[in-house]
Amino acid sequence: MTLAHQKPSETAQTEVPEGHVRLTIDGQEVIAPKGELVIRTAERMGIVIPRFCDHPLLDPAGACRQCLVEVSMGGRPMPKPQASCTITVADGMEVKTQLTSPVADKAQKGVMELLLINHPLDCPICDKGGECPLQNQAMAHGRTDSRFVDRKRTFPKPLKISTQILLDRERCVLCQRCTRFSQQIAGDPFIDLLERGAQQQIGTSETAELEKSASHTPDGTPFQSYFSGNTIQICPVGALTSAQYRFRSRPFDLVSSPSVCEHCSSGCAERTDFRRGRIMRKLAGDDPDVNEEWICDKGRFAFRYTTARDRIRKPLVRGEDGELHEASWPEAMRLAAEALLKARDGKGIGVLTGGRLTLEDAYAYQKFARVAARTNDIDFRARAHSAEELQFLAAQVAGTTPEHVSFASLEKAPIVLCVAFEPEDEAPIVFLRLRKAARKMGTRVAFVGQWTTSSVRKTSGELLACEPGGEAAALDGIAEHAKDIVEALSAEGAVILVGERAATMPGLFAAVQRLAERTGARVAWIPRRAGERGALDAGAVPTLLPGGAPVTDAGARAALEKLWRLPEGSLPAEPGRDTAGILAAAAAGELDALVVGGVDPDDLPDPRAAREALDKVGFVLSLEMRPSAVTERADVVLPIAPTAEKAGTFRNWEGRDRPFEVTLQNTGAVPDCRVLDTLAVEMDVDLFTQTPKAARADFVRAANSVTRPAATPVEAAPEAEQAKAETNGHVKLSTWRQLIDNGSLQVEEPHLAGTARPAVLRLNEATAQRHGIVPGEPATIRTERGELSFPAEIADLPDDVVWVPSRSPVGVYEALGVGHGGLVQLSAGTAAGAESAEGPAGETGGAA
Amino acid sequence: MGMLDPIKGFGVTFSTMFKKVVTEEYPEVFYPTAPRYHGRHQLNRHPDGLEKCVGCELCAWACPADAIFVEGADNTEEERYSPGERYGKNYQINYLRCIGCGLCIEACPTRSLTMLNFYELADDDRQKLIYTKEDLLAPLLPGMEAPPHPMRLGDDEQDYYVRGPELARQAGQDRQSSEVSAQ
Ligand code: SF4
Ligand code: SF4
Ligand code: FES
Repeated sequence: MTLAHQKPSETAQTEVPEGHVRLTIDGQEVIAPKGELVIRTAERMGIVIPRFCDHPLLDPAGACRQCLVEVSMGGRPMPKPQASCTITVADGMEVKTQLTSPVADKAQKGVMELLLINHPLDCPICDKGGECPLQNQAMAHGRTDSRFVDRKRTFPKPLKISTQILLDRERCVLCQRCTRFSQQIAGDPFIDLLERGAQQQIGTSETAELEKSASHTPDGTPFQSYFSGNTIQICPVGALTSAQYRFRSRPFDLVSSPSVCEHCSSGCAERTDFRRGRIMRKLAGDDPDVNEEWICDKGRFAFRYTTARDRIRKPLVRGEDGELHEASWPEAMRLAAEALLKARDGKGIGVLTGGRLTLEDAYAYQKFARVAARTNDIDFRARAHSAEELQFLAAQVAGTTPEHVSFASLEKAPIVLCVAFEPEDEAPIVFLRLRKAARKMGTRVAFVGQWTTSSVRKTSGELLACEPGGEAAALDGIAEHAKDIVEALSAEGAVILVGERAATMPGLFAAVQRLAERTGARVAWIPRRAGERGALDAGAVPTLLPGGAPVTDAGARAALEKLWRLPEGSLPAEPGRDTAGILAAAAAGELDALVVGGVDPDDLPDPRAAREALDKVGFVLSLEMRPSAVTERADVVLPIAPTAEKAGTFRNWEGRDRPFEVTLQNTGAVPDCRVLDTLAVEMDVDLFTQTPKAARADFVRAANSVTRPAATPVEAAPEAEQAKAETNGHVKLSTWRQLIDNGSLQVEEPHLAGTARPAVLRLNEATAQRHGIVPGEPATIRTERGELSFPAEIADLPDDVVWVPSRSPVGVYEALGVGHGGLVQLSAGTAAGAESAEGPAGETGGAA
Repeated sequence: MGMLDPIKGFGVTFSTMFKKVVTEEYPEVFYPTAPRYHGRHQLNRHPDGLEKCVGCELCAWACPADAIFVEGADNTEEERYSPGERYGKNYQINYLRCIGCGLCIEACPTRSLTMLNFYELADDDRQKLIYTKEDLLAPLLPGMEAPPHPMRLGDDEQDYYVRGPELARQAGQDRQSSEVSAQ
């Protein structure tokens, strides 16, 4: 659509294509598609009309009036200048911008002067100074002096919208970008325009009683949004700032480097700004295929883990005294290699990588496991997992590309069915796309889950409620109780999205596949962590080689042996153990050593067993950034580089590669692939993964040298058939992780932590009454292992089901020993052990 | 070549012996500069001792030699260094780079940064020529209190800026009278 660039003389002769109109802007003729805004047409022609409120991804508002132009229709001028950001092109329209029309120019200057009347002009202390559209335009087109002699209107400042977002109302130009973003894109109750005339301001319904209630929305719920940081980025003045970046630096101090978010599997494009080797802030990058121009607050604000005080910067070796001591790289490498060689020739080595690796690092881990440790005992899944899941991943997910399902296909889909997947918490940008699809394209969004979560509400979704653990049965029965959904799923382009939680439910993946086969809908798996999809394709699983071929495939093994220049038959042929299997084997003394990447035992279904396994196994090598439960038990700890200090690729859930370069150069930190390569050399093996680039090239060759078998059906795990367990007085637990919780990449971010959703226990009215639980008062769930208390909140869960967040802040697995679908006892009051000063706590429950 | 030529060469030497010398006996004799000479910088204070610098970095921005480094930070109620929200937490001027042009003091919006006539900026150690905030801050005059401390001269920064000249005059008088009474 670049017709705009044609010469006027050419356009005069060209036919106007169907659905287009011919108009002139500043005397140049142009053909534009019907419905296009004049400001965009001008933009395409290279004519810049000043603006503040206009944003291509938000609905037009015409709020700031900075974009006024003179318009005449068919030779008849319109009586007043028009806002070019709200008026659409029409045939025979004649537009004159400030460049050719003194009227438009005067109007724009007038608007600028009015905007500045109440502006505090505190640019020296404003974060936006130096990159501020208002500043730029005032310098370019504004007056040099002010004719306004009265006192400026002022407001107390700043207003705390949340712990992170601060609002200086006097700087605001009332463009309503922030309010439109919150309402249209994020769907969060945020801030709105209040008052009239000179007192018009952005605020919340209770800003009258300012300080206390500022962070509350009209219905009294505390202001909470996972996307609030975007409003800072689109605010054309410095009215919205973040507590994290406020006063920290100036645009001219910053070096900007394009980067990719390391948090979730959406794979957002970002811009990382750093000053003197320290990251100062992250901004959303512009990638229409993936994140458009938005990112979530976790991606924007959670980066100070890289400068955490306790970051490990030197190799550590456990000494005679049982403590870790700093050691040189050669010494640590030698010790590790010796121990690993002994273990390999003894009972063997298990490799746990964690889900946060780049594709290159994951590839290095699996090559290390298969070539140096000579085992298939490798698994990236540091969370609840199952054999059924692995089968499903091998059959349906490994090797798929965005052609299968992508962000764009979510927008085009007639229906998207989310199974065991809470998009806003697990992949926020997928949520934004689903909301956009629902709002703009009329996509139906349906959820198989337990309650009307905010994802359901904000995507105008339909909830197919079921008991936790009953998801598989619900899918199988969907033809009876939700016929229309099955019909919709049978239409072209329908999509089923499955989340990581599905692995906790036996039979669910098989049910998903059956449903997909029955309806022809496409299935995509959306893991929570950024590295999981890449790790799968790289072969960091017990059953698959890089490229998705099974390890049992002799042909594929032979091809890789040739490529990797190994003796014939040297790659292990037996499928390896999964994470749980590896840990059990380590605990039972069937493995002599563990190599552990970024794994937090609290994420595993049995954290105690995992810690025990780490305690028992003869040798633990930990590749880590900061002290953790693993380093505490490790014999050798090798420090590795965080994302900002290395290059690599994250493969997002679509299967799209998101490569990034080093942001902070020369910090001395080395990526996992280089550490493993050197370690392997010490063990007399060459991995050829010295750099991410080399690792990547090796991966591409390996993936191309094997063929992925045709999809095989997933067999339901045997437990799925088991009769329903007797509940006798217990309730069922539904749980998943919230976006902002106590994850290890969110340390040292107090402002971000303050915007987390409050941890509450949700249950329905009847269940609450039966157990004597009062909303707002604490309630406790317990198992034999332990107990957890949260304030209760009423939601539309099924009877005898409670929902709690998985790690906000305590790990549910650690405290209770059960996860999603588990049985727990419910009672009013706080946990017996915990001190409670909060009023009448009710009876403390029976089994205390 | 004439016979007198070798002696002619000394003509300038001999005639200069009877003129007024231009050499200055620095450092034995200290010679004052012109009143507006661009010497060492100083970070000024409000009359109650709070710092005037707001950490805006405009001086660093203006500096053509990239000699200034500033890092801003938030004032809190418990720990206040300047009136208002923002203060300069780190402040450094590298005198190996500074060319004394004075663009920085023109850029400063709060008159925090000014220049003294002091010009003895030489050392045999590069590190010592990077002046930090402690080196650059103006001395505490009588009536001033070392920050951090709350705002003593008003409720908010507006009082400090709007009533600035008046406050300065007042402080000057107080100082004089306190000196008188001390005598
Ligand atoms: S706060 Fe910023 S984005 Fe919001 S209306 Fe004001 S100027 Fe616009
Ligand atoms: S000295 Fe002046 S210009 Fe420099 S940072 Fe401080 S207030 Fe800003
Ligand atoms: S940009 Fe058109 S009115 Fe604001």
